[in-house]
Amino acid sequence: MTEYTYDVTDVAASAGPTPSQTVGPFFHMALPYDAGPAVVGPERPGALTLHGYVYDGEGAGVPDALVEVWQADEEGAFCGTPGVYEEPDATGFRGFGRSATDEHGHYAFTTVRPGAVPTTDGAAQAPHLAMSVFARGMLRRVVTRVYFAPDDADPLLAAVDEDRRATLLATRDEGGYRFDVRLQGPDETVFLDVFAR
Amino acid sequence: MSSFDDGVRKDDLDPPYLFADYASTVLRSPGKALLVPPPGLTELTGPAFGNGDVRDTDADLTVHGSGEAIGERIIVHGTVTDSLGKPVRSSLVEVWQANAAGRYVHALDQHPAPLDPNFVGAGRCLTDDEGRFRFTTIKPGPYPWKNHTNAWRPAHIHFSLFGRAFTQRLVTQMYFPGDPLFYQDPIFNGVRDERARKRMISSYDHGTTSPEWATGYRFDIVLGGAEATPLEH
Repeated sequence: MTEYTYDVTDVAASAGPTPSQTVGPFFHMALPYDAGPAVVGPERPGALTLHGYVYDGEGAGVPDALVEVWQADEEGAFCGTPGVYEEPDATGFRGFGRSATDEHGHYAFTTVRPGAVPTTDGAAQAPHLAMSVFARGMLRRVVTRVYFAPDDADPLLAAVDEDRRATLLATRDEGGYRFDVRLQGPDETVFLDVFAR
Repeated sequence: MSSFDDGVRKDDLDPPYLFADYASTVLRSPGKALLVPPPGLTELTGPAFGNGDVRDTDADLTVHGSGEAIGERIIVHGTVTDSLGKPVRSSLVEVWQANAAGRYVHALDQHPAPLDPNFVGAGRCLTDDEGRFRFTTIKPGPYPWKNHTNAWRPAHIHFSLFGRAFTQRLVTQMYFPGDPLFYQDPIFNGVRDERARKRMISSYDHGTTSPEWATGYRFDIVLGGAEATPLEH
């Protein structure tokens, strides 16, 4: 056991952002909700399954991860309608999704391919969605992007070493797209620093 | 964007991915450097929340059984603000915690402490126009875990916050002042800068303590970044 023996009496908390802590192993009692995996309603044209596995550094599925996504709709517009917990209408669009992994580390969402959205500078980007993964053993979340097709003109994809680009690409499979998250190792997913601090 | 000149380096604010004292980080920590993406609108926006996301009783964790929950009844309140000190309004706050005996209502919690049939330990609310939230709950107990010999988690309440943008999303834990277990906890101490670490400790708030009913604790949360400029389409 490490004893943390600094002086705890003299230092006051300073004003500033609150630090991150792990989501821990017991979030299932609070965070997952029935409509969580439904980024869109089931009858929305183009609805597809985006699914995959979260793997640890030994290639084992992470059975207690929480995966969240946020994305634009097919036209590149973001949902401004309040509410995430309620089931979207049959053809509705929510934009946000939350899926806890199962005992094999598998997550799944029902969603659509988003339209392209630019950077704040107006530069074009290939269609993508944003993904967070939280888990026990992760003191902070990891963030990545899920792209649906290679695009050398995308500023992020272009900035990633060629041999790692595939980690940001979902691959077609029956019913939709598969995107695996590898937290560590030679095939580690490219993770992003988007943390507003 | 931050208006804080708080002396805390960004890299020391959040805990590292790999913190070997917390054994579970060893296989779940990225080893490669994070990439800073171009400032895309996907990350700078986020979901909006509404009254349909919460019921009135969701903010009182003590009223979901047929009888009184057991333990020290407390009121936990505070504000959610951005880096410029502006309130984060109508934003979802989700909490979960152990009961007074240190036991979670979760199949994987094997701590041989009693469950309380009148306490589940999950709640949520929306912040109001001043960014305030308020929960009534039971003070959670500490509980053992297997990270190291005789390891115990300091009492804490898990908090999940959204802010306005994907970049502001935060999951953290609220601790209680003077907890004797801090010194051996690698999760709390994973935050390496002490000034930042203390931001996770609530303060006893006698002004909120309700006579002959509940003691009060205050926990103010600052999300990084400022509210995004409204988007033009």
